[in-house]
Amino acid sequence: MKLAIQVNTGPYTHQGSDTAYQFTKAALAKGHEITRVFFYHDGVNNGTRLTTPPQDDRNIVNRWGALSEEHGLDMVVCVAAAQRRGLVDEGEAKRNKKDATNIAPGFRISGLGQLVEAAIQADRLVVFGD
Amino acid sequence: MNDEQIIKQFMYVNRRAPHGTIYAQESLEVVLIGAAFDQDVSVAFIDDGVYQLVKGQDTKKAEVKNFSNAYRALEDYDVEKLYVEQESLESRGLSESDLIVDVQMKSADEIKQLMEEQDVLLTF
Repeated sequence: MKLAIQVNTGPYTHQGSDTAYQFTKAALAKGHEITRVFFYHDGVNNGTRLTTPPQDDRNIVNRWGALSEEHGLDMVVCVAAAQRRGLVDEGEAKRNKKDATNIAPGFRISGLGQLVEAAIQADRLVVFGD
Repeated sequence: MNDEQIIKQFMYVNRRAPHGTIYAQESLEVVLIGAAFDQDVSVAFIDDGVYQLVKGQDTKKAEVKNFSNAYRALEDYDVEKLYVEQESLESRGLSESDLIVDVQMKSADEIKQLMEEQDVLLTF
């Protein structure tokens, strides 16, 4: 089955991002195709490379990155939500005259159309977080 | 695969008050962007989501953005199926005349039926 994933919660505060990751990993292991993982609302915070969790805890951001690298996942951070919350890649930094970037490897910033397109193309859109 | 030929039933479900969380505002952003994809779109307002459509919102003192006029623009984007759950509206002491746009009133059972018909449900 072709699945698109939407992640609405940031890392650590709520379980949503963990559950989305575990679901995505399990779905891939079962042979399903993940057409896109779309990060919206506070979910965009899963895409900052500046997080430093304690060493004995999971690194939610890097874990998404590793899964993306292993399976070629398309991980998209919503641009409008990212701008509000300070998630920046080089293009956004240039466009909005910011002095830094913080997007993590494996993530890209793009528009909400990517969410709608993913929902059209996939057999199911599975949403995590409130 | 040619996306132009796929038309799915999309329902956006708004369950929260317009302010207090960003969900109503970011839901509206998806609806407006999504309108460009020529899908079969409807928007349902249930629970505190019915407050999103209330006329005469004034957010000045709260110092947050008042985006309620944007619901009027939905028609221009060909988003014409706006459903309001009757029980939610009535239990909050509101009626259709309190709303900023024309809507179709639906009972909870009718909303449930409509939800079952959808291909994609996006809840905010």
